[in-house]
Amino acid sequence: MIHSLFLISNAGDLFLEKHWKSVISRSVCDYFFEAREKAVEPDNVPPVIRTPHHYLINIYQTFQKLMFLFSKLGVCFIVDVLYRMCADYFGECSETTIKDNVVIVYELLEEMLDNGFPLATESNILKELIRPPTILRSMVNTITGSSNVGETLPTGQLSTIPWRRAGVKYTNNEAYFDVVEEIDAILDKSGTTVFAEIQGVIDACVKLSGMPDLTLSFMNPRLLDDVSFHPCVRYKRWESERVIAFIPPDGNFQLMSYHISAQNLVAIPVYVKQNISFFETGSSGRLDITVGPKQTMGKTLECLVVTVHMPKVVLSANLSATQGTYNYDPVTKILVWDIGKLNPQKLPNLKGSLSLQSGAPKPEENPSLNIDLKIQQLAISGLKVNRLDVYGEKYKPFKGVKYVTKAGKFQVRT
Amino acid sequence: MSASSAFSDEKGGSASEPEYGHDPASGGIFSSDYKRHDDLKEMLDSNKDSLKLEAMKRIVAMIARGKNTSDLFPAVVKNVACKNIEVKKLVYVYLVRYAEEQQDLALLSISTFQRGLKDPNQLIRASALRVLSSIRVTIIVPIMMLAIKEAASDMSPYVRKTAAHAIPKLHSLDPEQKDQLIEVIEKLLADKTTLVAGSVVMAFEEVCPDRIDLIHKNYRKLCNLLIDVEEWGQVVIINMLTRYARTQFLNPNVNESLLEDSSEKAFYASDDEEDEDKKTEAAALAKRKPYVMDPDHRLLLRNTKPLLQSRNAAVVMAVAQLYFHLAPKAEVGIIAKALVRLMRSHSEVQYVVLQNVATMTIKRRGMFEPYLKSFYIRSTDPTQIKILKLEVLTNLANETNISTILREFQTYIKSMDKDFVAASIQAIGRCATNIGEVRDTCLNGLVQLLSNRDELVVAESVVVIKKLLQMQPEQHSDIIKHMAKLIDNIQVPMARASILWLIGEYCEHVPKIAPDVLRKMAKTFTNEEDIVKLQIINLAAKLYLTNSKQTKLLTQYVLNLAKYDQNYDIRDRARFIRQLIVPTDKSGALSKYAKKLFLALKPAPVLESPFKDRDHFQLGSLSHLLNAKAGGYQELPDWPESAPDPSVRNVEIPDWSKCTSRKDRKEKKVDKPFYSDSEGESGPTESADSESDSGSGSESASASDESGSGSESEESGEETESEDEEEDEEKEKKRKKHLDKTKAKKPAEESAESEQSSGTEDRKRGRKAVKNQKSASESESESESSESEDESEEESEEESESDTDIRKKKTPVSKQPPKQSKKESKKEKQEMSLLDLDDFEPAPTSAPVTPVNFLSSSLVSDLEGLSLTDTILAPTTIAPSGLIKLYELLHRITGEGLAVEYCFSRQPFSPDPNMVAVQIQFTNNTNSETKNLHIKEPRLQSGMRIREFAEIEVLAAGESVTVVMGIDFCDSTQAANFQLCTHTRKFFASIQPPVGELMTPVFLTENDFKKEQGKLMGMNEISEKLTLGEKCVNEHVIVERVTATANLSRVPCGSDKECRFAGKTVSSGCLVLVTVATKEGGRAQLTVNCEKMVIGTMLVKDIMQALSQ
Repeated sequence: MIHSLFLISNAGDLFLEKHWKSVISRSVCDYFFEAREKAVEPDNVPPVIRTPHHYLINIYQTFQKLMFLFSKLGVCFIVDVLYRMCADYFGECSETTIKDNVVIVYELLEEMLDNGFPLATESNILKELIRPPTILRSMVNTITGSSNVGETLPTGQLSTIPWRRAGVKYTNNEAYFDVVEEIDAILDKSGTTVFAEIQGVIDACVKLSGMPDLTLSFMNPRLLDDVSFHPCVRYKRWESERVIAFIPPDGNFQLMSYHISAQNLVAIPVYVKQNISFFETGSSGRLDITVGPKQTMGKTLECLVVTVHMPKVVLSANLSATQGTYNYDPVTKILVWDIGKLNPQKLPNLKGSLSLQSGAPKPEENPSLNIDLKIQQLAISGLKVNRLDVYGEKYKPFKGVKYVTKAGKFQVRT
Repeated sequence: MSASSAFSDEKGGSASEPEYGHDPASGGIFSSDYKRHDDLKEMLDSNKDSLKLEAMKRIVAMIARGKNTSDLFPAVVKNVACKNIEVKKLVYVYLVRYAEEQQDLALLSISTFQRGLKDPNQLIRASALRVLSSIRVTIIVPIMMLAIKEAASDMSPYVRKTAAHAIPKLHSLDPEQKDQLIEVIEKLLADKTTLVAGSVVMAFEEVCPDRIDLIHKNYRKLCNLLIDVEEWGQVVIINMLTRYARTQFLNPNVNESLLEDSSEKAFYASDDEEDEDKKTEAAALAKRKPYVMDPDHRLLLRNTKPLLQSRNAAVVMAVAQLYFHLAPKAEVGIIAKALVRLMRSHSEVQYVVLQNVATMTIKRRGMFEPYLKSFYIRSTDPTQIKILKLEVLTNLANETNISTILREFQTYIKSMDKDFVAASIQAIGRCATNIGEVRDTCLNGLVQLLSNRDELVVAESVVVIKKLLQMQPEQHSDIIKHMAKLIDNIQVPMARASILWLIGEYCEHVPKIAPDVLRKMAKTFTNEEDIVKLQIINLAAKLYLTNSKQTKLLTQYVLNLAKYDQNYDIRDRARFIRQLIVPTDKSGALSKYAKKLFLALKPAPVLESPFKDRDHFQLGSLSHLLNAKAGGYQELPDWPESAPDPSVRNVEIPDWSKCTSRKDRKEKKVDKPFYSDSEGESGPTESADSESDSGSGSESASASDESGSGSESEESGEETESEDEEEDEEKEKKRKKHLDKTKAKKPAEESAESEQSSGTEDRKRGRKAVKNQKSASESESESESSESEDESEEESEEESESDTDIRKKKTPVSKQPPKQSKKESKKEKQEMSLLDLDDFEPAPTSAPVTPVNFLSSSLVSDLEGLSLTDTILAPTTIAPSGLIKLYELLHRITGEGLAVEYCFSRQPFSPDPNMVAVQIQFTNNTNSETKNLHIKEPRLQSGMRIREFAEIEVLAAGESVTVVMGIDFCDSTQAANFQLCTHTRKFFASIQPPVGELMTPVFLTENDFKKEQGKLMGMNEISEKLTLGEKCVNEHVIVERVTATANLSRVPCGSDKECRFAGKTVSSGCLVLVTVATKEGGRAQLTVNCEKMVIGTMLVKDIMQALSQ
């Protein structure tokens, strides 16, 4: 059971608290602050902190959330509720959005959990109960004096398909699907793949009137190794026919996510030639990175970014890039090289020297490179949507599918 | 804040406003506290809703920031009856927050809520109840009780849900009300809507988790509703049902766990054989009463399985723990994939999942082995995730993958994160202790680390090396020497202490160095850390005992130093040791034993996972995460010895199968494929107690109805098929009659065959009868549905049809060579078995290895009885297509006219099922008779046996004769040597079987195959990539090639990219599973799972060769 929730900014400000049962003094947070002192990175604060009377579950996103509970439920449960809470509502959730909408957030929290138990977390329902703020609506509200709070019970709450509200109407009926694939990979020093897999999601934006029943089929559904679906998808149809049949929620939602495991061969779209070395004497080092295309299926690589977490002793970097810009942050020790579009004729190269803290021993290890990239109009796994059929409604909607491949946790060891 | 700042603009004049609006976090708020609160009061008192709203918004914003606004209570509470719904809502928020502090004033608002409870709008009714129950004021307990009772029978399910939520609130306020609340819970538990189910189970868990009896009647309903309950409800229900199932059902692994334990023991520590014997005995005992799964237990497993695909991590985790705690061992494997998927999630979720995975890997390592690489560590992972992943990797390490894992570990050691490096080194240590083969490699690697620049790394390595050396110190005196040298450089106390201990312990191995080290340490004694000092004393004492000549003075010096140490522990130790070792006049009796005390053989430390034994906590719970009991944790009960009465779950009117439209929709699909699943295990039970319970009965009926159209067409298909077969059979019979003359060797078998065929006909008749009276009996309808589902699972009208196609194609091929008499009869049998297959689900394969007496004549009566479930015990041999390969035993010329050829007929050898049947054909090419052909003096490897063929009296010139002999090769490819004698001569002959002939086919379903494969992971799995030969263009050819190479049967498979085959070795009955997965470009992956690794490797080689030709 979730007892209380505290939101803490990165600076250590406690800027929102909500109690679902009796009030707990905010001094409990001291345990957390203590733990945060100890951990160097905010990532490393233990997710569960034990205190004499409560358990603190700490979640770090762009800022810290903290909650107290007497738990009978799994921890996973609570962690998940929290993530759902914010992300669903405002799209992105940051300290400022919450501070700006503090009343709405508070009302939402009240609505989502009752006595610490989740009551309604389906964002469609919440949006009907408490309408999300838009500029237009706030203007209308000021003029007409109407409110953000829904007066009747959302129809979804009672129906057997809680994710869709009744009576949806659009003049343009459209259904768009984005197939987004991320490559998770670890390459070793020599460029061979240690581990690679593809994580994909299909995001949908469905704006269809009435109660359409959609069926999405793939050309090659057998590619998909492991899938998880939005609750609207009929799992049995998938099991038996390998099609995705569903009555869609209204608007944007994530239809499914899938996984193509390491057993299948994963095309690695990029290769990296790197040479980072530190000299024994003179407290300096050399860095030379070249990036080139590998298996790109004829598409261009875009938004290529190379990120290097440098050892602590690296003070500054004096480099020159043939393409793009680089930036070294001496505080976080992160070198970011933003390349942009990859030109296969002229491979981008970053070269130069690193200066180390004088007197410090040369770093034992070489930093690993994280690569970020994007390929438009390509699903690297080769997954293809075959067709989308609409049943139950008469109109012909606009349909569209977009494919994007991105680098997920793509790491090159050096 | 935009709205409130707009307001402040409007107000303009008030001085405190802008400050608040623009800088909410500043301390300035307090300074102007009074003023503003007056201001707010004024606004709340006004008649304008907009002003009130504004004021409430600001108040709530203050609450959210933790500011105290309790002094506004009277002003706010007045507005509780406000018409504006938004204001009302905010007032509710305020009330809930402060009612506890201002109890008297809060009572003013109660009447409004009471009125609200009667409102026609269900939303208002619900929210009134919500707020009423959230006001923690003891006086209103009776009102709350009344309200809850009323709401529990409200028309609107939403209000009933709210009532369920209110129950734990009231309970925490006044535990006295428990009994009444339980009544309400009981009532709500019977509710049939999905909306209520989750909430009421939550209330049940909070208020009366021990009243398991309330669940009985609702158990099946909950299981069936589960898929439609909202996510959070699912989590609670699954957790509750896990506990419930633990009290009500029997342990499905009761037999296996015993077996598994003993076999695993044998693997790692072969010394406790005695123990093992006992265990096998126990296992044998347990085996005698076979486990049958309660259908309700099966229902739960079946209905939770699709939830593994949920997008909600909590649900997936809940199902995973349910399977881990409740499912038979063979089925647990399915959760691995889902858990690995969760690893992609946020790092907090990852943390929780990894903790659970770490626990699971200890108990069921095989499950996660295929996903080994998913646990590889990235340098960007947070430290706690890294360490957990390391834990999992270490748990997964075994002989086959250790080299990859160690290579991974090598990269980890270079990481920047020092805590992680230390953990990696410890992990290497653990791998080294667990897996003997790599101990030396690990040790060498660790010794190399000793020259690492980083002291932490060195220190950690020293500690681990110390532990490893303790296991076999004799061979590693050079390492000890090396470490002795290190003492000059290493500063980390723990490492220094470890080195000193090592030198002391093994001073005999380094007799020259040890005193020198002591000398050095004595010099620096005063500057050392306490643990180092203690070890110095220890070292001194040990050296004194072994080498007192050199070290006497040194020891005394050290002891003197210690005597005046600041730490009392060290002083005590010094005093104690001096008394013990230094001989004085009045030295006690103990000093005689000093040597024994100090230099006793110390047992090597056991490096084990911190996650060992954590599984007694329910997985996924907070208690498991912390490895300590958290408040409110419900103990997971142990399995009961004998199952409580299952009839308590029977419900009078089983109408929940048609609940809501959506449910129906899903249900249809849910039920269908799962039936076949369950059939494997629960089939026997269900027929056995022939369904007194109407619940599952109606369900199965509906399932069969639903699949009606599909199965009908299938049935018709089958019928035509079976007609075909009948024709075939008739032909076969004719031929057989003809054959009977030539070979009268296996009368028993033949008669059995004919019996069988008549049996099949019987069965066909029976089946038609079943069709006519579909609803006649429960078990029948059950099997009907299972049959159609079975098909759908195999994908299969098409596939089974294509199967028959293949068969038809094959038939002429095999008919061509007329002298292959044996095969003919086999052919027939195959057909029958395939027919069986189409008709019925095969036998429960929980024990696929048990040799089945397929000759049993009772089969016929079984079939007549139409007891449907366990009829098909006959092993199904699928004949290899193409010619059986003939081998030469004796050439015509060496045999002086007598030519002997043999082949492996792939028939079961009837006199002894453990023997491979070898068909030998003698041809007399001479002009005279050959007499008295027989076998003499077999020279066999130990364990091999031969059953000779009966002596052939006379072989006329130009004639040939075929006999069958049986050889038990003991599952090895060693040749069987013997002498072949005629009346005149002796010939040496030897028969060497290709590995593929050492097995017989076993029939498995796809699920069983996977199950069995899951058990044969790791070192029992051999997997190779290959390029298919030009001719291996399609599946058909591959099947042909594989079955030609090895005597295996095809296993149905849902994917057209994979062919699966199963068999068992003839002599020991070990399963042999072969998978050929084809990929684009003629590439393929061949996987062989077999307990006997030698067989596996050879088989891989042979099949590779066959496929790449």
